[in-house]
Amino acid sequence: MTIVQATTIAAVRRSRQSHATRVTFGLLAALLAAAIAAMLLGDFAVPPETVLQSLFSPLTGIANKGVDFIVLQVRLPRLVLALLSGAAFGLSGIIFQTLLRNPLASPDIIGIAHGASAAAVFCIIVLGWGGLSVSLGAFAGAVLTAIAIYLLAWRNGVTAYRVVLIGIGAAAMLSAVISYLFTRARLNEVQQAMAWLVGSLNAAQPADSIVLAITMVVILPALFVLVRGLDGLELGDDTAHALGTHVEHTRLGLMLVAVALAAFATAAVGPVGFVAFVSGPIARRLMGGAGRGFPQAALVGALVMLVSDLVAQHALPSTQLPTGVVTGAFGATFLLWLLVVSGRSGRVN
Amino acid sequence: MGSRMRNHQLMAAGLHLGYADREIVSDLNLTIPAGELTVIVGANACGKSTLLRGLARLLSPSKGAVYLDGKPIHQMPTREVATLLGVLPQSPIAPDAITVADLVGRGRYPHQGWFRRWTPEDDAAVAEALGATDMADLAARPVDELSGGQRQRVWIAMALAQETDLLLLDEPTTFLDINHQVEVLDLLTDLVKSRGRTVVVVLHDLNLACRYADHIVAMKSGKIIVEGKPVDVMTEKVVHDVFNMSSRIVLDPVSNTPMIVPIGRHHVEAAEKA
Repeated sequence: MTIVQATTIAAVRRSRQSHATRVTFGLLAALLAAAIAAMLLGDFAVPPETVLQSLFSPLTGIANKGVDFIVLQVRLPRLVLALLSGAAFGLSGIIFQTLLRNPLASPDIIGIAHGASAAAVFCIIVLGWGGLSVSLGAFAGAVLTAIAIYLLAWRNGVTAYRVVLIGIGAAAMLSAVISYLFTRARLNEVQQAMAWLVGSLNAAQPADSIVLAITMVVILPALFVLVRGLDGLELGDDTAHALGTHVEHTRLGLMLVAVALAAFATAAVGPVGFVAFVSGPIARRLMGGAGRGFPQAALVGALVMLVSDLVAQHALPSTQLPTGVVTGAFGATFLLWLLVVSGRSGRVN
Repeated sequence: MGSRMRNHQLMAAGLHLGYADREIVSDLNLTIPAGELTVIVGANACGKSTLLRGLARLLSPSKGAVYLDGKPIHQMPTREVATLLGVLPQSPIAPDAITVADLVGRGRYPHQGWFRRWTPEDDAAVAEALGATDMADLAARPVDELSGGQRQRVWIAMALAQETDLLLLDEPTTFLDINHQVEVLDLLTDLVKSRGRTVVVVLHDLNLACRYADHIVAMKSGKIIVEGKPVDVMTEKVVHDVFNMSSRIVLDPVSNTPMIVPIGRHHVEAAEKA
């Protein structure tokens, strides 16, 4: 038997913490750089000091109508919405991936995004709705799909495996529903529905950001409390139970939080593909075992969303791509890479 | 640490356990001797793991109850139980890339409230658990990189960091080489002898069970056939009743405990077959 000093353990713990801090600050710096780019880039050139002046104009009262419109009504809402929705997708993704112990188990793969999409397409094509009501429909679709998956997966408790399989089944079924709805739609409705399905920040409104911000303020404290339960849950249900975790309550609570984040974000920007899916694994890789990486996944999500949106806006000189096209291209590449790497090491993640 | 622990009492009375409609353990009474190493043995599917899960409140009884210090364990706050009774289930899952120190630290969960931060006391408990399991040098290593034997020691260390008087382990030696099996059982014996803990283990290997057990419990079809000191209770008849197999019992030359020599159809001298 060897004697270990508590200080040794404390040192190991501190070195992990300082790594986590470095990752967090690195991501924040990258976000800041991307945010500055988002405020400065655009067809209408605005010099940096004018942007700053405009940002502070509500306080200083120095107005410059044209520039203020570009900065405060176009670029700022788009930036804020990208950050909030990206963070919400990133958190939602990593919660599902951790809870279900499967990197494929993000809301855009296990059917929750499909539920939102099918509902939105139904609202557009069958009900002829537009704007905010479509967002509400999408939200309801996401929540109903999540409830259905949970109930179908329930058998004396919920196992990760069943949720993933039933989720993938639900995703396939809902995709079929979307395809069917398209067959009976008029061309302009199809266009409107397609635009929604790809997901975009083109129509960013301050109201979207406010709703999402309120959601985050309500949800994050709950997440903060629930996340402690993952200490046990990550080790398997029996071990969690043995450590005194309320297994089903904690899991249900975390799922509710993840569904709410995904549903609100999808309602605001559409099912922007793969942001939820890639954020967790990227954050985990950056952390390298120095923690669970939840806050970092939120930052990665915001960064992926913001940079993708910048690329979507400025990559092609003449046209603006929908944000979802860029995240889709990036995410699909990442998925292939993940599968190749995990195929070699014999395990996923 | 041993000094501030008192011996907690774990017992089952009229216990029925099962999954859905299938009853696996029926009307079982058992008192776990405090401060001793109890080993539960029996053939596959005899209900020994189910009994351990029931004792550990991982499975609710369909009838009867398990009592911890006289209180029904399923009605006690689960977190309070977790400070008195530690469990190592059969196949715990290690999160990816987690370090040894981190995984062992998870054992501190029941001692930390929602907002309680990590304390020097937690560090001390982790250090002590790593020392006891001889894992000190590996504290900063990822669990993925360890051998099977080392990994099993990490899980035991996690259960130790929980600092509970009672420790229940479900087949902690399965999949381990013989040297690591002996290592794990030596470690559990240390806990009992030098720290006064009460340990209950489910084991597959009868001879190791007879050597290490202070108290052996032999089960068949969800019932206890015999219990007691191995040297008193392990007879050829008991082995036949429990495993449905003929055997000779000799004294283990190194420990003087019963050693079961199985009699099969081959490689057995003619005189023994009768």
